[in-house]
Amino acid sequence: MEYVNPLTGFRVDGRRPNEMRQLKGEIGVVAKADGSALFEMGNTRVIAAVYGPREVQNKGQQVNSKEALVRCEYRMAEFSTGDRRRKPKGDRRSTEISLVIRQTMEASILTHLMPRSQIDIFVQVLQADGGTRSACINAATLALADAGIPMRDIVTSCSAGYLCSIPLLDLNYIEDSAGGPDVTVGILAKMDKVTLLQMDAKLPMDTFENVMELAIEGCKAIANYIREVLLENTKQLECQRG
Amino acid sequence: MDQRWRPTVNERDFIERALQSDLRVDGRRPFDFRRLKILFGREDGSAEVQLGDTRVMGYVTSQLVQPYKDRPNEGTLAIFTEFSPMADPAFEPGRPGESAIELGRVIDRGLRESRAIDTESLCVVAGKHVWSVRVDLHILDNGGNLIDAANIAALAALSTFRRPECTVGGEDGQQVTVHDPEVRDPLPLTIHHLPIAVTFAYFGEGNIMVIDPTYKEEAVMGGRMTATINSNGDVCAIQKAGGEGVMSSVIMQCLRIASVKAADITSKIKNEVNSYTSAKALQKVKRLPASVPKKDSIHAAAMKECTDGALEMQSAKASSDVQKIIKEPPSVVKDNKQEDVEPMLTECNPEVKSESMLSAGESNETQETISPKSLRDAVKPKHKRKKKQPIKS
Repeated sequence: MEYVNPLTGFRVDGRRPNEMRQLKGEIGVVAKADGSALFEMGNTRVIAAVYGPREVQNKGQQVNSKEALVRCEYRMAEFSTGDRRRKPKGDRRSTEISLVIRQTMEASILTHLMPRSQIDIFVQVLQADGGTRSACINAATLALADAGIPMRDIVTSCSAGYLCSIPLLDLNYIEDSAGGPDVTVGILAKMDKVTLLQMDAKLPMDTFENVMELAIEGCKAIANYIREVLLENTKQLECQRG
Repeated sequence: MDQRWRPTVNERDFIERALQSDLRVDGRRPFDFRRLKILFGREDGSAEVQLGDTRVMGYVTSQLVQPYKDRPNEGTLAIFTEFSPMADPAFEPGRPGESAIELGRVIDRGLRESRAIDTESLCVVAGKHVWSVRVDLHILDNGGNLIDAANIAALAALSTFRRPECTVGGEDGQQVTVHDPEVRDPLPLTIHHLPIAVTFAYFGEGNIMVIDPTYKEEAVMGGRMTATINSNGDVCAIQKAGGEGVMSSVIMQCLRIASVKAADITSKIKNEVNSYTSAKALQKVKRLPASVPKKDSIHAAAMKECTDGALEMQSAKASSDVQKIIKEPPSVVKDNKQEDVEPMLTECNPEVKSESMLSAGESNETQETISPKSLRDAVKPKHKRKKKQPIKS
């Protein structure tokens, strides 16, 4: 199947190889939570809710009394994929992604400012069309900022792949399930440091470098968008205050 | 209760400060692996890896199952990990924890997505019967860097695993008969390449990195990255699940170092697997009971004196024996039945062959091995010699 049309250079959904899907971020969608956000990357919709900092509920889990405990739960809604999902959480993939998101956000949150407390990040995928991991991290960043939790930097994430000998930015589900390589990168935007890097399938090393650079460019573009959304949100809050 | 060992302030300081001068607590250099030892079990498909203090055991089994609906002509490969509390008091019995699942998935991605194992060759009847290969990894001792050790254990076990041969028959061509290993030799898996996992630990704001962290280094590190690379320089999988941020240039540097290390470990694994398989092949040769050798020495001495007579006898027998070599299955050798010794010769390795020939008391054959050239020229017919020649030399 040709994922990139050789004549026009368009992908399956009409994008160019280095074009990202349409982004949309909304803050404050869950009223009860301390911070929440809804993030869309094309057809992938993800909602994130942050509770914290609050008292540690399970004292046994608290490892370090000098730092806050960060917990994260990733789940996919049963209606998020084409066929109804039987096990929305607790399966191995969800556990791994929960671990990945938690460790990625932990690298950015200034946990030493909130000792003996707990920050919960709940991420739920409402619509899955490829790149759910990246959308979840972006949504979590927005939700953490909405909750006012101090962070070192904005964490953004984007995926890239390599099909038909062309590096492609921001894969959707069709391109993801093609069996080609899938590189997911998460960066600390201003510091230009890579926190999350996951790759599967085989790639020669030079090609991998190109694909990773492309994904990092995508992350920086998302960081710009997230900054705009946060600024807009702050302006609105200022207006509402009077 | 979380029983995880926590480092003291002094230990943490010491490890970090020593790393700033490129010194590691166990005396290694930053990019050195610990000593790797691969042991194989009695059965095919079981391997134990010792990487310094870390011990992991891998065990491979296979079963005929129905394939997935969207991949009807491919077999399946599944990795299961067992983090028993024997290895580390922090491991809880029962359901696998997060780190166990992460380890299983990293190794699974490295093996399955990179197509290291050929799954299409595991298909027996498309859509109905395929082989499902299951790799069980048991962590016996957690001395740090479980992912690398478990990966090597999985590769070693898969390299020595033999699956039973099966044939499709019956009236409709759908009946599958699985043959006993005694009846038909089991087959090895088709392994295209060996993806080796190399783990880096980051310290001090992502500036200092070391390979193969020990248990204490893991407790102190800021972040970790596992790169699965094969000896062709292809990156098969990368797992950097959060943690300390590092520059992308540092990541590429790590990958280059990892490819060098991967080539080193690949050659080690291949050597160990080869020596194990050849040792196993030698074992398959049926040895005679101990009483025979005494008679053979007498035979050998006697035979040396009457070379010509023996050679003529041997040439006359050779024609009938050569046919028997090809057709007869291995059988227990008896002293009086010299023809039965011939089949042994076809299976043996050269070194073993000379031993078995002596022990069998086949005086004619031994005479041949001692001075092959002169005999071969003297005795006809030559074409019969040629059949044995490749075996002996």
